[in-house]
Amino acid sequence: MAEPCAIIGVGQTAYRTRRPDASMAGLLREAARRALDDAGLTWKDIDAVVIGKAPDLFEGVTMPEAYLADALGAAGKPIMRVHTAGSVGGSTAIVAAGLVQSGVHDRVLTVAWEKQSESNATWALTVNTPFTTSLVVGAGGYFAPHIRAYMRRSGAPDHIGTLVAVKDRENALKNQYAHLKIPGISREMVESTPMLWEPIRYLETCPSSDGACAMVLASSDAARSAPNPPAWVHGTAMRSEPIFFAGRDTVNPRGGIDCAADVYRQAGITDPRAELDCAEVYVPFSWYEPMWLENLGFCGEGEGWKLTESGATALDGDIPWNPSGGVLSSNPIGASGMIRFAEAALQVRGMAGEHQVDGARRALGHAYGGGAQFFAMWIVGSDRP
Amino acid sequence: MRSDVNHVLEFPGGYTRSVGPVIGRFLSELRDGRLVGVRTAGGRVLVPPAEYDPDTGEDVTDEFVPVGPAGTVTTWSWVADPRPTHPLDRPFAWALIRLDGADTALLHVLDVGDHAEPPRFLKTGMRVRAKFRDDRVGGIRDIECFRPEVTSITDPSRLEYRLQGGRALDRFLSGIAEGRIIGHRCDVCGQVIVPMKGLCPRDGVPTSEEVELPHTGTVTTFAVNNLPDPRAPEVPFVSAYVLLDGAGLTMLALVAGLPADQVRMGMRVRAAWRPREEWTKSMSNIKWFEPIDEPDVPFDEIKDYL
Amino acid sequence: MSAVNVAVVAFVQTRHSGEDTGLSETELLAPVITEIKERTGLRRFGFTCSGSNDYLAGAPFSFVAALDAVGAWPPISESHVEMDAAWALYEAWVKLLHGEVDTALVYGFGKTSQTDYAQVATRQLDPYYLAPLGLDADSLAALQARAHLEAVGKGEDALRAVAARARAAGRTNPHALDLPDPADDPYAVAPLRGYDLPPVTDGAAAIVLASGDKARELCERPAWITGIDHRAEPHSPGARDLARSESARIAGEKAGAGGVEVAELHARYTHEELILREALGLGDEVSVNPSGGPLAADPVMATGLIRIGEAAARVHDGTATRALGHAASGPCLQQNLVCVLSGEDHG
Repeated sequence: MAEPCAIIGVGQTAYRTRRPDASMAGLLREAARRALDDAGLTWKDIDAVVIGKAPDLFEGVTMPEAYLADALGAAGKPIMRVHTAGSVGGSTAIVAAGLVQSGVHDRVLTVAWEKQSESNATWALTVNTPFTTSLVVGAGGYFAPHIRAYMRRSGAPDHIGTLVAVKDRENALKNQYAHLKIPGISREMVESTPMLWEPIRYLETCPSSDGACAMVLASSDAARSAPNPPAWVHGTAMRSEPIFFAGRDTVNPRGGIDCAADVYRQAGITDPRAELDCAEVYVPFSWYEPMWLENLGFCGEGEGWKLTESGATALDGDIPWNPSGGVLSSNPIGASGMIRFAEAALQVRGMAGEHQVDGARRALGHAYGGGAQFFAMWIVGSDRP
Repeated sequence: MRSDVNHVLEFPGGYTRSVGPVIGRFLSELRDGRLVGVRTAGGRVLVPPAEYDPDTGEDVTDEFVPVGPAGTVTTWSWVADPRPTHPLDRPFAWALIRLDGADTALLHVLDVGDHAEPPRFLKTGMRVRAKFRDDRVGGIRDIECFRPEVTSITDPSRLEYRLQGGRALDRFLSGIAEGRIIGHRCDVCGQVIVPMKGLCPRDGVPTSEEVELPHTGTVTTFAVNNLPDPRAPEVPFVSAYVLLDGAGLTMLALVAGLPADQVRMGMRVRAAWRPREEWTKSMSNIKWFEPIDEPDVPFDEIKDYL
Repeated sequence: MSAVNVAVVAFVQTRHSGEDTGLSETELLAPVITEIKERTGLRRFGFTCSGSNDYLAGAPFSFVAALDAVGAWPPISESHVEMDAAWALYEAWVKLLHGEVDTALVYGFGKTSQTDYAQVATRQLDPYYLAPLGLDADSLAALQARAHLEAVGKGEDALRAVAARARAAGRTNPHALDLPDPADDPYAVAPLRGYDLPPVTDGAAAIVLASGDKARELCERPAWITGIDHRAEPHSPGARDLARSESARIAGEKAGAGGVEVAELHARYTHEELILREALGLGDEVSVNPSGGPLAADPVMATGLIRIGEAAARVHDGTATRALGHAASGPCLQQNLVCVLSGEDHG
């Protein structure tokens, strides 16, 4: 019953530790304008704007859609802001797509960003109130125990995380926008870096980036006049579960399993490894690649690390994961999910440049957040559904 | 801060914000003490400048134009009880100010001086000017505040003189210094002129016959003063024309010793002298005139002295 | 546009409190969720969406703990807006139009007793030109109040009349605060006095939306959404006409605001009601904020959602055939959402 939704424009900023040359509005506009240019549109052609980012504490501007409304050409138009923790970049794109699929709008601009250099990510993510019982500092401190649990449960050898860290950084060298570009990246280099949150080493973690990502989504009619080939939305899904409850599987959360099942059903996919050509998956710590390979059904439980080890997820493997270099190479938190969704779209549009997966026609974009409890996914394809 | 605060949300050291080219240009000019706006493609001038036209989202041009430093208030609010985060710790106004040459308005502090209530001259449409800080750092608070544009001035003026009161006045004040009130009788009209001038203004003839006058007289007319004056007693006070008994013209003097609303035309009064030890050669030896227990003089008898 | 018709089928709110009763946000919300589940007989919903704000709670991820009140297991299809929950309702409405699901739970919650909300709102302002001034929400609102009064030639007694009516109505609403008639309050920020400002309020609210036959099954007289739209205008208060609300006018026009009998307006300051009445073309015949509105209870982040809930309740109980719920966001009514509800079933 839903109307088809096309991605006709994608725009990204260069991701950097710091973008001292750009204001917050300037950063978003840089990405948005590139998306508009890609779509052959101008600000006035846009019907509505949907923005997303992680906690407002990062930049100290709360409900920033107010400050950014006219910066994104939304004077006299609808603008709204989505926040679902780390999955927000993905859920923002899904909300924007919904505006087209429901027939409410024809051309929607969606932008996600983070300007982490304005404060400090560890602080912004773990401001504790007087009644907080958590002693955790930062995301690494939260996720490291789950990674250890995975290693134990699956019997994966220690070097799997290193392999992902190297592979994603090699891919990043082919991506003009990527933040971490480490020529000559190698297992030895990764293994020589210190343990930050054992078992996570420094180069097995994501950087902290400034950056924005934008897309123009369009109805079938509006997509007809787009100058570049569109990607089409084949399915979208979101799932959430509580962070702490008895019996929760934090290594292989059911929210991720259910979300994947929903989006595969919509896209008519039964064997994701075979039917998808590539995937952009939210992997902020290298070990999450094997963990999500299992969670997303690309292999059986306990088999994920073997897929990684075999090279299947490399750019020249049978199911490339994160050809863009992924979150491990660029991480403006609020935008990281949307970058996954946008990179998936670029792949099926054949516009991914040097990191293009040859002949990609269907791709998965994935994001997660909170305590691995919020999930957002979409599948995009070259063909109109 | 309230004493029951148990949680503070504060990023240590404050957020570090890169400002980009347009805000950066504005703040840099501001640091140099200049105000600039940016021109949109449509020709409008935005102040404060943005990277985009607020109505269309289009990029602005790269043309920066000088604006202000004067502008017009488009609306204002009055903070009677400033918050700790406010820039002033006494009552002040916030205002939207359209700087000369700009098409949009800048929000800033409007300092109209120390007033408990908004002063009457504070109104929409008033003209104001930016006051820059001396120690500017490149922030919106490099403008310390806006202040009303000058519409009137105070002009302090002080000149020094060595004056003589003239012989007649000197003689009169010599009398006062001794507790006496002296006048001159005119040979032509027979009237007593007090204080004397050495001539009769009416007849144009010199006078020299001294007459000592009693310290009693009659109020011919008076004013109740409600306008404070630093040199005067507390309001309300009464200034009155007092016709000394035997004098041909009245003297302006304070009347006290009864409520202002009970002072009457025709009321009989007597000079109240300061204590003798405070006397100098000046009229201030007489504090004021105060009522005496005598019947009022009928109006007919004073009407010619008004 | 899709042929799916969506209705508000249930609305529940807390008895809002003017002071901190010691409950966490999650504890405020939980009974509301329980009650709306009982009222609809639904245990799970096709979609869930909420609105809240981290800066109200002074810590990130305020919506994460709230999920505990919902019963999100097995995992639910869920989203969150860092806006008033009226925008969560908008997102849920869009979701229902797809036709994939036919019920949605929407909720919002806020405790302004925990902080100084007018000061928190400073953090929503332009971080280069406005926030560094220490400008608070009350001061900004007062600028708009004067701009409006001077533009239309009204005096402050017009504001007082709004406050008097809102407070009187609030006293008849068991969920609103019990506030006395406006006294001779001193100016808070002139021209606004204490009674022109929203009261400190803790509270939560929830709405269930349903589409088509599901709505008819869940509610005797569903409040059908015949139009819903939201619009923004430029942020800088010096770059727009503060005396009126162009964005509310457009949203009202797009949502079809004409001919309503009741309007619940998200007017947190008295003058905002005057501006909104004009922008939405509400004549004297329209009953405005019979609940007392935000001047009688303002649980921020739920206040806008409650407006839609109150408007829907007038349709549910048959006192109105056509009602309007309005929500606002941003400084000086920068963003406005209008939702028009009807008791007439054209399904």
